[in-house]
Amino acid sequence: MLVLLFILFGAMAIGCALAVVAQRNPLYSAISLIGVFISLACLYVMLAAPFIAAVQVIVYAGAIMVLVVFVIMLLNISEEEHRRPRLKFLVPAAVALAGVLIAEVAFILVSVESRAMPASSVSDIGLTSSIGAALFTKYLLPFEITSILLLMAIVGAMTLARRGGLLPPRDVAKRD
Amino acid sequence: MDSQTAIDIVLKFAAITVAFVVVLLVVAYTVLAERRVLGFIQGRLGPNRVGYGGMLQPFADLLKFILKEDIVPDKSTRFVYFLAPVIATMAALMTMIVYPFGAEIRIPFTDWIIPLYVARFDVALLYVLGVTSVGVYGIMLAGWSSNNKYSLMGGLRSSAQMISYELALGLSLIGVILLAGTLDLAQIVELQSGWHGLRWFIFFHPLGFIIYLIAAIAETNRVPFDLPEAETELVAGFHTEYSAMKFALFFLAEYINMFTVSMLATTLFLGGWNVPFAADIFGRPSFMFGLVSAIGFLLKVIFFLFLYIWLRGTLPRFRFDQLMNFGWKILLPFALLSIFITSTLVFLFPNLF
Repeated sequence: MLVLLFILFGAMAIGCALAVVAQRNPLYSAISLIGVFISLACLYVMLAAPFIAAVQVIVYAGAIMVLVVFVIMLLNISEEEHRRPRLKFLVPAAVALAGVLIAEVAFILVSVESRAMPASSVSDIGLTSSIGAALFTKYLLPFEITSILLLMAIVGAMTLARRGGLLPPRDVAKRD
Repeated sequence: MDSQTAIDIVLKFAAITVAFVVVLLVVAYTVLAERRVLGFIQGRLGPNRVGYGGMLQPFADLLKFILKEDIVPDKSTRFVYFLAPVIATMAALMTMIVYPFGAEIRIPFTDWIIPLYVARFDVALLYVLGVTSVGVYGIMLAGWSSNNKYSLMGGLRSSAQMISYELALGLSLIGVILLAGTLDLAQIVELQSGWHGLRWFIFFHPLGFIIYLIAAIAETNRVPFDLPEAETELVAGFHTEYSAMKFALFFLAEYINMFTVSMLATTLFLGGWNVPFAADIFGRPSFMFGLVSAIGFLLKVIFFLFLYIWLRGTLPRFRFDQLMNFGWKILLPFALLSIFITSTLVFLFPNLF
Protein backbone atom coordinates (compact mmCIF):
# COMPACT_ATOMS: atom_id res chain seq x y z
CA MET A 1 0.00 0.00 0.00
CA LEU A 2 2.69 2.47 1.07
CA VAL A 3 4.81 1.51 -1.90
CA LEU A 4 1.92 2.17 -4.27
CA LEU A 5 1.33 5.62 -2.75
CA PHE A 6 5.06 6.35 -2.86
CA ILE A 7 5.20 5.46 -6.55
CA LEU A 8 2.09 7.58 -7.21
CA PHE A 9 3.34 10.72 -5.46
CA GLY A 10 6.93 10.24 -6.61
CA ALA A 11 5.78 9.95 -10.21
CA MET A 12 3.59 13.03 -9.71
CA ALA A 13 6.53 14.99 -8.32
CA ILE A 14 8.87 13.98 -11.14
CA GLY A 15 6.23 14.55 -13.82
CA CYS A 16 5.39 18.00 -12.51
CA ALA A 17 9.08 18.87 -12.14
CA LEU A 18 9.69 17.94 -15.78
CA ALA A 19 6.66 20.00 -16.78
CA VAL A 20 8.08 23.04 -14.94
CA VAL A 21 11.11 22.99 -17.24
CA ALA A 22 9.35 21.88 -20.41
CA GLN A 23 6.38 24.27 -20.46
CA ARG A 24 6.68 27.34 -22.69
CA ASN A 25 3.96 29.26 -20.85
CA PRO A 26 5.29 30.59 -17.52
CA LEU A 27 1.90 30.24 -15.82
CA TYR A 28 1.80 26.52 -16.69
CA SER A 29 5.30 26.20 -15.24
CA ALA A 30 4.12 27.87 -12.05
CA ILE A 31 1.11 25.54 -11.78
CA SER A 32 3.39 22.54 -12.31
CA LEU A 33 5.68 23.82 -9.57
CA ILE A 34 2.69 23.95 -7.21
CA GLY A 35 2.03 20.34 -8.19
CA VAL A 36 5.64 19.48 -7.27
CA PHE A 37 5.26 21.09 -3.84
CA ILE A 38 1.99 19.32 -3.10
CA SER A 39 3.28 15.89 -4.14
CA LEU A 40 6.41 16.48 -2.06
CA ALA A 41 4.17 17.32 0.90
CA CYS A 42 2.38 13.99 0.39
CA LEU A 43 5.76 12.24 0.42
CA TYR A 44 6.66 14.01 3.69
CA VAL A 45 3.44 12.73 5.25
CA MET A 46 4.45 9.21 4.25
CA LEU A 47 7.84 9.77 5.88
CA ALA A 48 6.06 10.49 9.22
CA ALA A 49 6.79 14.22 9.04
CA PRO A 50 3.31 15.80 8.97
CA PHE A 51 4.49 19.15 10.33
CA ILE A 52 7.01 19.62 7.52
CA ALA A 53 4.35 18.61 5.01
CA ALA A 54 1.84 21.15 6.31
CA VAL A 55 4.44 23.92 6.44
CA GLN A 56 5.57 23.02 2.93
CA VAL A 57 2.04 23.50 1.59
CA ILE A 58 1.34 26.66 3.61
CA VAL A 59 4.62 28.42 2.89
CA TYR A 60 5.52 27.31 -0.62
CA ALA A 61 2.22 26.46 -2.28
CA GLY A 62 0.10 28.87 -0.28
CA ALA A 63 2.28 31.96 -0.04
CA ILE A 64 5.35 32.05 -2.28
CA MET A 65 3.78 30.56 -5.40
CA VAL A 66 0.74 32.83 -4.99
CA LEU A 67 3.09 35.79 -5.33
CA VAL A 68 4.81 34.21 -8.35
CA VAL A 69 1.48 33.55 -10.07
CA PHE A 70 0.41 37.07 -9.13
CA VAL A 71 3.44 38.57 -10.88
CA ILE A 72 2.97 36.38 -13.96
CA MET A 73 -0.69 37.39 -14.19
CA LEU A 74 0.04 41.10 -13.70
CA LEU A 75 2.83 41.20 -16.26
CA ASN A 76 0.73 39.05 -18.60
CA ILE A 77 3.67 37.12 -20.04
CA SER A 78 2.12 34.75 -22.55
CA GLU A 79 5.04 32.90 -24.14
CA GLU A 80 8.66 32.60 -23.25
CA GLU A 81 10.84 34.89 -25.37
CA HIS A 82 13.48 33.38 -27.62
CA ARG A 83 16.69 32.55 -25.90
CA ARG A 84 19.39 35.14 -26.27
CA PRO A 85 22.67 33.81 -27.73
CA ARG A 86 24.81 35.21 -24.90
CA LEU A 87 23.29 32.71 -22.49
CA LYS A 88 24.48 29.77 -24.60
CA PHE A 89 27.60 29.07 -22.54
CA LEU A 90 25.29 28.28 -19.61
CA VAL A 91 24.14 25.00 -21.18
CA PRO A 92 27.42 23.06 -20.72
CA ALA A 93 27.82 24.67 -17.28
CA ALA A 94 24.33 23.46 -16.31
CA VAL A 95 25.11 19.95 -17.54
CA ALA A 96 28.37 19.90 -15.55
CA LEU A 97 26.68 21.18 -12.37
CA ALA A 98 23.86 18.64 -12.76
CA GLY A 99 26.50 15.93 -13.03
CA VAL A 100 28.12 17.14 -9.79
CA LEU A 101 24.72 17.17 -8.06
CA ILE A 102 23.91 13.62 -9.19
CA ALA A 103 27.36 12.47 -8.02
CA GLU A 104 26.74 14.06 -4.60
CA VAL A 105 23.33 12.45 -4.23
CA ALA A 106 24.73 9.09 -5.27
CA PHE A 107 27.55 9.44 -2.73
CA ILE A 108 25.06 10.28 0.04
CA LEU A 109 22.87 7.32 -0.90
CA VAL A 110 25.80 4.93 -0.91
CA SER A 111 27.27 6.18 2.38
CA VAL A 112 23.98 6.37 4.30
CA GLU A 113 22.53 3.04 3.22
CA SER A 114 24.90 1.07 5.42
CA ARG A 115 23.61 2.71 8.63
CA ALA A 116 20.20 1.63 9.88
CA MET A 117 17.77 4.15 11.35
CA PRO A 118 16.61 3.55 14.93
CA ALA A 119 13.04 2.38 14.40
CA SER A 120 11.58 3.58 17.70
CA SER A 121 12.19 7.31 17.20
CA VAL A 122 10.72 7.42 13.69
CA SER A 123 7.09 7.69 14.73
CA ASP A 124 7.24 10.83 16.89
CA ILE A 125 10.21 12.72 15.49
CA GLY A 126 8.10 14.58 12.94
CA LEU A 127 5.42 15.66 15.38
CA THR A 128 4.87 19.35 16.07
CA SER A 129 5.75 19.13 19.75
CA SER A 130 9.08 17.37 19.19
CA ILE A 131 10.03 19.82 16.43
CA GLY A 132 9.09 22.75 18.68
CA ALA A 133 11.02 21.35 21.63
CA ALA A 134 14.12 20.78 19.50
CA LEU A 135 13.83 24.19 17.86
CA PHE A 136 13.64 26.15 21.11
CA THR A 137 16.18 24.18 23.14
CA LYS A 138 18.83 22.35 21.18
CA TYR A 139 18.77 24.48 18.04
CA LEU A 140 17.87 27.82 19.62
CA LEU A 141 20.91 29.68 18.27
CA PRO A 142 20.42 28.66 14.61
CA PHE A 143 16.74 29.50 15.02
CA GLU A 144 17.51 33.00 16.30
CA ILE A 145 20.13 33.58 13.61
CA THR A 146 17.64 32.52 10.93
CA SER A 147 15.01 34.89 12.28
CA ILE A 148 17.49 37.79 12.22
CA LEU A 149 18.41 36.83 8.65
CA LEU A 150 14.75 36.88 7.65
CA LEU A 151 14.26 40.25 9.35
CA MET A 152 17.21 41.62 7.39
CA ALA A 153 15.70 40.27 4.18
CA ILE A 154 12.39 41.99 4.96
CA VAL A 155 14.09 45.31 5.70
CA GLY A 156 16.17 44.94 2.54
CA ALA A 157 13.08 44.27 0.43
CA MET A 158 11.39 47.32 1.92
CA THR A 159 14.42 49.51 1.19
CA LEU A 160 14.70 48.27 -2.40
CA ALA A 161 11.00 48.69 -3.10
CA ARG A 162 10.68 52.13 -1.56
CA ARG A 163 13.26 54.01 -3.69
CA GLY A 164 13.49 57.62 -2.59
CA GLY A 165 11.68 58.13 0.68
CA LEU A 166 8.43 56.98 2.15
CA LEU A 167 5.37 57.48 -0.02
CA PRO A 168 2.54 59.38 1.62
CA PRO A 169 -0.40 57.09 2.36
CA ARG A 170 -2.75 58.76 -0.15
CA ASP A 171 -0.46 57.94 -3.06
CA VAL A 172 -0.16 54.34 -1.95
CA ALA A 173 -3.92 54.08 -1.96
CA LYS A 174 -4.16 55.57 -5.44
CA ARG A 175 -1.57 53.27 -6.95
CA ASP A 176 -3.44 50.07 -6.40
CA MET B 1 -2.51 -5.68 2.09
CA ASP B 2 -4.19 -7.68 4.87
CA SER B 3 -7.91 -7.76 5.57
CA GLN B 4 -7.71 -5.31 8.50
CA THR B 5 -6.22 -2.59 6.28
CA ALA B 6 -8.85 -3.25 3.63
CA ILE B 7 -11.64 -2.90 6.20
CA ASP B 8 -10.07 0.31 7.51
CA ILE B 9 -9.88 1.78 4.02
CA VAL B 10 -13.51 0.87 3.29
CA LEU B 11 -14.61 2.39 6.63
CA LYS B 12 -12.67 5.58 5.90
CA PHE B 13 -14.28 5.85 2.48
CA ALA B 14 -17.69 5.37 4.04
CA ALA B 15 -16.96 8.02 6.68
CA ILE B 16 -15.74 10.49 4.04
CA THR B 17 -18.87 9.87 1.95
CA VAL B 18 -21.16 10.41 4.94
CA ALA B 19 -19.31 13.60 5.92
CA PHE B 20 -19.45 14.97 2.38
CA VAL B 21 -23.15 14.18 1.97
CA VAL B 22 -24.05 15.80 5.30
CA VAL B 23 -21.95 18.86 4.52
CA LEU B 24 -23.35 19.24 1.03
CA LEU B 25 -26.91 18.94 2.34
CA VAL B 26 -26.28 21.58 4.98
CA VAL B 27 -24.64 23.79 2.36
CA ALA B 28 -27.58 23.37 -0.02
CA TYR B 29 -29.99 24.44 2.68
CA THR B 30 -27.70 27.32 3.66
CA VAL B 31 -28.23 28.71 0.17
CA LEU B 32 -31.98 28.39 0.60
CA ALA B 33 -31.83 29.88 4.11
CA GLU B 34 -29.78 32.78 2.80
CA ARG B 35 -32.37 33.58 0.14
CA ARG B 36 -35.27 33.27 2.58
CA VAL B 37 -33.61 35.27 5.37
CA LEU B 38 -32.46 37.98 2.95
CA GLY B 39 -36.01 38.11 1.67
CA PHE B 40 -37.28 38.50 5.21
CA ILE B 41 -34.77 41.28 5.94
CA GLN B 42 -35.70 43.09 2.75
CA GLY B 43 -39.45 42.70 3.30
CA ARG B 44 -40.19 40.14 0.58
CA LEU B 45 -40.84 36.42 0.52
CA GLY B 46 -37.94 34.71 -1.23
CA PRO B 47 -38.27 31.32 -2.96
CA ASN B 48 -41.21 29.46 -1.36
CA ARG B 49 -42.86 27.67 -4.29
CA VAL B 50 -40.90 24.42 -4.75
CA GLY B 51 -41.87 21.98 -2.03
CA TYR B 52 -43.18 23.00 1.38
CA GLY B 53 -41.89 26.53 2.06
CA GLY B 54 -39.29 26.10 -0.71
CA MET B 55 -37.72 22.99 0.84
CA LEU B 56 -36.96 21.47 -2.59
CA GLN B 57 -35.52 24.65 -4.09
CA PRO B 58 -31.84 23.54 -3.76
CA PHE B 59 -32.57 20.42 -5.82
CA ALA B 60 -34.44 22.43 -8.43
CA ASP B 61 -31.43 24.74 -8.66
CA LEU B 62 -29.08 21.79 -9.01
CA LEU B 63 -31.18 20.35 -11.82
CA LYS B 64 -31.15 23.72 -13.54
CA PHE B 65 -27.35 23.98 -13.27
CA ILE B 66 -26.87 20.50 -14.71
CA LEU B 67 -29.22 21.05 -17.63
CA LYS B 68 -27.96 24.51 -18.62
CA GLU B 69 -25.72 25.03 -21.62
CA ASP B 70 -22.02 25.07 -20.72
CA ILE B 71 -20.44 28.03 -22.50
CA VAL B 72 -16.64 28.23 -22.76
CA PRO B 73 -15.22 31.60 -23.90
CA ASP B 74 -13.42 31.44 -27.24
CA LYS B 75 -10.12 33.00 -26.17
CA SER B 76 -9.91 31.33 -22.77
CA THR B 77 -7.00 29.13 -21.70
CA ARG B 78 -8.89 25.85 -21.86
CA PHE B 79 -7.03 23.63 -19.43
CA VAL B 80 -6.71 26.23 -16.68
CA TYR B 81 -10.29 27.32 -17.26
CA PHE B 82 -11.47 23.79 -16.49
CA LEU B 83 -8.98 23.29 -13.66
CA ALA B 84 -9.95 26.40 -11.66
CA PRO B 85 -13.42 25.37 -10.40
CA VAL B 86 -12.09 21.90 -9.62
CA ILE B 87 -9.33 23.34 -7.42
CA ALA B 88 -11.76 25.68 -5.68
CA THR B 89 -14.25 22.93 -4.82
CA MET B 90 -11.64 20.34 -3.93
CA ALA B 91 -9.77 22.65 -1.57
CA ALA B 92 -13.05 23.60 0.08
CA LEU B 93 -14.19 20.00 0.56
CA MET B 94 -10.85 18.53 1.63
CA THR B 95 -10.85 20.25 5.01
CA MET B 96 -14.03 18.43 6.05
CA ILE B 97 -12.18 15.30 7.13
CA VAL B 98 -10.49 16.73 10.23
CA TYR B 99 -13.39 18.35 12.06
CA PRO B 100 -14.86 16.50 15.05
CA PHE B 101 -18.59 16.73 14.29
CA GLY B 102 -19.48 15.40 17.72
CA ALA B 103 -18.27 13.37 20.67
CA GLU B 104 -17.88 9.61 20.24
CA ILE B 105 -21.10 7.62 19.83
CA ARG B 106 -21.54 4.29 21.57
CA ILE B 107 -23.89 1.99 19.71
CA PRO B 108 -26.54 0.92 22.28
CA PHE B 109 -26.12 -2.54 23.94
CA THR B 110 -22.65 -3.03 22.45
CA ASP B 111 -19.13 -1.85 23.15
CA TRP B 112 -18.77 -0.30 19.74
CA ILE B 113 -17.56 3.29 20.02
CA ILE B 114 -17.58 5.34 16.85
CA PRO B 115 -15.71 8.66 16.83
CA LEU B 116 -17.48 11.36 14.84
CA TYR B 117 -14.50 12.51 12.82
CA VAL B 118 -13.02 11.05 9.66
CA ALA B 119 -9.34 11.49 10.44
CA ARG B 120 -7.36 12.65 13.42
CA PHE B 121 -3.78 13.72 13.14
CA ASP B 122 -1.15 15.83 14.78
CA VAL B 123 -1.26 18.87 12.49
CA ALA B 124 -4.99 19.08 11.76
CA LEU B 125 -5.13 22.86 12.21
CA LEU B 126 -2.15 23.43 9.90
CA TYR B 127 -3.74 21.04 7.40
CA VAL B 128 -6.88 23.20 7.37
CA LEU B 129 -4.82 26.37 6.84
CA GLY B 130 -2.71 24.75 4.12
CA VAL B 131 -5.62 23.34 2.14
CA THR B 132 -7.51 26.63 2.44
CA SER B 133 -4.52 28.55 1.15
CA VAL B 134 -4.39 26.31 -1.93
CA GLY B 135 -8.03 27.29 -2.60
CA VAL B 136 -6.84 30.79 -3.58
CA TYR B 137 -5.53 29.35 -6.85
CA GLY B 138 -9.02 28.37 -7.93
CA ILE B 139 -10.11 31.99 -7.90
CA MET B 140 -6.85 33.38 -9.29
CA LEU B 141 -6.67 30.95 -12.18
CA ALA B 142 -10.37 31.39 -12.95
CA GLY B 143 -9.83 35.12 -13.24
CA TRP B 144 -6.77 34.75 -15.43
CA SER B 145 -7.94 31.97 -17.75
CA SER B 146 -11.27 33.61 -18.61
CA ASN B 147 -9.39 36.23 -20.67
CA ASN B 148 -11.71 38.97 -19.47
CA LYS B 149 -10.53 42.13 -17.76
CA TYR B 150 -13.29 42.05 -15.16
CA SER B 151 -12.48 38.46 -14.30
CA LEU B 152 -8.78 39.23 -14.06
CA MET B 153 -9.39 42.21 -11.79
CA GLY B 154 -11.72 40.14 -9.65
CA GLY B 155 -9.21 37.32 -9.39
CA LEU B 156 -6.34 39.67 -8.50
CA ARG B 157 -8.40 41.53 -5.93
CA SER B 158 -9.58 38.32 -4.39
CA SER B 159 -6.12 36.79 -4.10
CA ALA B 160 -4.65 40.04 -2.69
CA GLN B 161 -7.45 40.14 -0.15
CA MET B 162 -7.09 36.50 0.81
CA ILE B 163 -3.32 36.74 1.27
CA SER B 164 -3.71 39.85 3.42
CA TYR B 165 -6.40 38.47 5.66
CA GLU B 166 -4.81 35.03 5.94
CA LEU B 167 -2.14 36.65 8.10
CA ALA B 168 -4.61 38.06 10.60
CA LEU B 169 -6.55 34.79 10.51
CA GLY B 170 -3.48 32.69 11.24
CA LEU B 171 -2.31 35.02 14.01
CA SER B 172 -5.72 34.98 15.70
CA LEU B 173 -5.49 31.18 15.91
CA ILE B 174 -2.11 31.25 17.64
CA GLY B 175 -3.75 32.28 20.93
CA VAL B 176 -5.86 29.13 20.86
CA ILE B 177 -2.82 27.01 20.06
CA LEU B 178 -1.02 28.57 23.04
CA LEU B 179 -3.96 27.78 25.31
CA ALA B 180 -4.41 24.24 24.02
CA GLY B 181 -0.78 23.30 23.44
CA THR B 182 -1.74 21.16 20.47
CA LEU B 183 -2.77 21.43 16.82
CA ASP B 184 -5.05 18.41 16.95
CA LEU B 185 -8.64 19.65 16.59
CA ALA B 186 -10.16 16.65 18.39
CA GLN B 187 -7.92 17.29 21.38
CA ILE B 188 -8.59 21.04 21.31
CA VAL B 189 -12.31 20.30 21.65
CA GLU B 190 -11.62 17.76 24.37
CA LEU B 191 -9.69 20.41 26.32
CA GLN B 192 -12.72 22.68 26.28
CA SER B 193 -14.98 20.14 27.97
CA GLY B 194 -14.09 21.21 31.52
CA TRP B 195 -16.40 23.31 33.75
CA HIS B 196 -19.35 21.09 32.74
CA GLY B 197 -18.73 21.72 29.06
CA LEU B 198 -18.45 25.51 29.24
CA ARG B 199 -14.67 25.99 29.39
CA TRP B 200 -14.63 27.52 25.94
CA PHE B 201 -11.54 29.27 24.62
CA ILE B 202 -13.57 32.34 23.67
CA PHE B 203 -13.58 33.33 27.36
CA PHE B 204 -9.78 33.25 27.51
CA HIS B 205 -9.12 34.74 24.11
CA PRO B 206 -12.03 37.05 23.15
CA LEU B 207 -9.96 39.50 21.07
CA GLY B 208 -8.67 36.63 18.95
CA PHE B 209 -12.23 35.45 18.37
CA ILE B 210 -13.34 38.85 17.07
CA ILE B 211 -10.30 39.08 14.79
CA TYR B 212 -10.90 35.55 13.55
CA LEU B 213 -14.53 36.34 12.77
CA ILE B 214 -13.66 39.45 10.73
CA ALA B 215 -10.76 37.78 8.92
CA ALA B 216 -12.88 34.71 8.18
CA ILE B 217 -15.57 36.81 6.53
CA ALA B 218 -12.88 38.42 4.38
CA GLU B 219 -11.35 35.01 3.61
CA THR B 220 -14.63 33.72 2.24
CA ASN B 221 -15.19 36.87 0.15
CA ARG B 222 -18.50 37.65 1.78
CA VAL B 223 -20.24 40.97 2.39
CA PRO B 224 -18.88 43.46 3.50
CA PHE B 225 -15.63 42.16 2.01
CA ASP B 226 -17.01 40.85 -1.29
CA LEU B 227 -14.85 43.14 -3.44
CA PRO B 228 -13.84 40.34 -5.86
CA GLU B 229 -17.39 40.11 -7.14
CA ALA B 230 -18.58 43.67 -6.65
CA GLU B 231 -21.38 43.75 -9.22
CA THR B 232 -21.29 47.50 -9.74
CA GLU B 233 -17.60 47.45 -10.64
CA LEU B 234 -16.70 44.03 -11.96
CA VAL B 235 -19.91 42.45 -13.35
CA ALA B 236 -19.51 39.23 -11.34
CA GLY B 237 -15.76 39.19 -10.71
CA PHE B 238 -13.74 36.05 -11.29
CA HIS B 239 -16.71 33.88 -12.29
CA THR B 240 -18.15 36.26 -14.89
CA GLU B 241 -17.31 33.89 -17.75
CA TYR B 242 -18.39 30.70 -16.01
CA SER B 243 -21.74 29.11 -16.70
CA ALA B 244 -23.79 26.05 -15.78
CA MET B 245 -22.12 23.46 -13.56
CA LYS B 246 -18.74 25.19 -13.45
CA PHE B 247 -20.38 28.28 -12.00
CA ALA B 248 -22.25 26.01 -9.59
CA LEU B 249 -18.91 24.62 -8.40
CA PHE B 250 -17.64 28.11 -7.53
CA PHE B 251 -20.93 28.84 -5.82
CA LEU B 252 -20.64 25.58 -3.91
CA ALA B 253 -17.03 26.30 -2.95
CA GLU B 254 -18.01 29.69 -1.54
CA TYR B 255 -20.70 28.19 0.67
CA ILE B 256 -18.55 25.25 1.74
CA ASN B 257 -15.87 27.75 2.74
CA MET B 258 -18.46 29.63 4.78
CA PHE B 259 -19.34 26.36 6.45
CA THR B 260 -15.67 25.50 7.02
CA VAL B 261 -14.75 28.77 8.72
CA SER B 262 -17.90 28.51 10.84
CA MET B 263 -16.88 25.01 11.90
CA LEU B 264 -13.37 26.19 12.69
CA ALA B 265 -14.73 29.08 14.78
CA THR B 266 -16.99 26.64 16.64
CA THR B 267 -14.22 24.11 17.15
CA LEU B 268 -11.58 26.54 18.35
CA PHE B 269 -13.55 29.19 20.23
CA LEU B 270 -17.03 27.94 21.08
CA GLY B 271 -16.13 24.57 22.53
CA GLY B 272 -16.80 22.44 19.44
CA TRP B 273 -19.34 19.76 20.28
CA ASN B 274 -19.45 20.61 24.00
CA VAL B 275 -22.99 21.17 25.23
CA PRO B 276 -23.21 22.57 28.78
CA PHE B 277 -24.11 19.89 31.37
CA ALA B 278 -24.84 17.27 28.69
CA ALA B 279 -21.94 15.07 29.85
CA ASP B 280 -23.30 15.18 33.44
CA ILE B 281 -26.78 14.13 32.35
CA PHE B 282 -26.00 11.41 29.80
CA GLY B 283 -22.49 10.28 30.79
CA ARG B 284 -19.69 9.42 28.40
CA PRO B 285 -19.42 7.50 26.20
CA SER B 286 -23.07 7.03 25.39
CA PHE B 287 -25.37 7.14 22.42
CA MET B 288 -27.38 10.09 23.66
CA PHE B 289 -24.32 12.20 24.44
CA GLY B 290 -22.96 11.60 20.94
CA LEU B 291 -26.27 12.66 19.44
CA VAL B 292 -26.69 15.72 21.66
CA SER B 293 -23.12 16.85 21.05
CA ALA B 294 -23.46 16.49 17.29
CA ILE B 295 -26.69 18.52 17.34
CA GLY B 296 -25.02 21.13 19.57
CA PHE B 297 -22.11 21.40 17.16
CA LEU B 298 -24.45 21.82 14.21
CA LEU B 299 -26.49 24.48 16.03
CA LYS B 300 -23.35 26.50 16.81
CA VAL B 301 -22.28 26.29 13.15
CA ILE B 302 -25.76 27.34 12.05
CA PHE B 303 -25.52 30.33 14.36
CA PHE B 304 -22.40 31.47 12.49
CA LEU B 305 -24.01 30.83 9.13
CA PHE B 306 -26.98 32.94 10.21
CA LEU B 307 -24.56 35.67 11.31
CA TYR B 308 -23.07 35.67 7.81
CA ILE B 309 -26.48 36.02 6.18
CA TRP B 310 -27.49 38.69 8.67
CA LEU B 311 -24.35 40.71 7.91
CA ARG B 312 -25.02 40.37 4.19
CA GLY B 313 -28.47 41.82 4.65
CA THR B 314 -27.20 44.66 6.82
CA LEU B 315 -23.80 46.03 5.82
CA PRO B 316 -22.64 47.96 2.74
CA ARG B 317 -19.46 47.04 0.90
CA PHE B 318 -15.97 48.34 1.70
CA ARG B 319 -13.88 50.24 -0.85
CA PHE B 320 -10.79 48.31 -1.92
CA ASP B 321 -8.19 50.63 -0.32
CA GLN B 322 -10.27 50.71 2.88
CA LEU B 323 -10.24 46.92 2.84
CA MET B 324 -6.46 46.74 2.49
CA ASN B 325 -5.83 49.46 5.09
CA PHE B 326 -8.18 47.77 7.52
CA GLY B 327 -6.51 44.41 7.07
CA TRP B 328 -2.93 45.56 7.39
CA LYS B 329 -3.14 48.56 9.70
CA ILE B 330 -5.89 47.61 12.15
CA LEU B 331 -6.54 43.88 12.10
CA LEU B 332 -2.90 42.73 11.97
CA PRO B 333 -1.65 44.91 14.90
CA PHE B 334 -4.62 43.85 16.99
CA ALA B 335 -3.91 40.20 16.19
CA LEU B 336 -0.33 40.68 17.36
CA LEU B 337 -1.63 42.39 20.51
CA SER B 338 -3.95 39.48 21.23
CA ILE B 339 -1.06 37.03 20.90
CA PHE B 340 1.00 39.20 23.28
CA ILE B 341 -1.80 39.31 25.88
CA THR B 342 -2.60 35.62 25.66
CA SER B 343 1.00 34.46 25.77
CA THR B 344 1.68 36.74 28.75
CA LEU B 345 -1.32 35.33 30.59
CA VAL B 346 -0.38 31.75 29.75
CA PHE B 347 3.16 32.44 31.01
CA LEU B 348 2.06 34.15 34.25
CA PHE B 349 -0.83 31.85 35.20
CA PRO B 350 -0.04 28.44 33.68
CA ASN B 351 -2.41 26.72 36.12
CA LEU B 352 -5.44 28.79 35.18
CA PHE B 353 -5.47 27.55 31.60
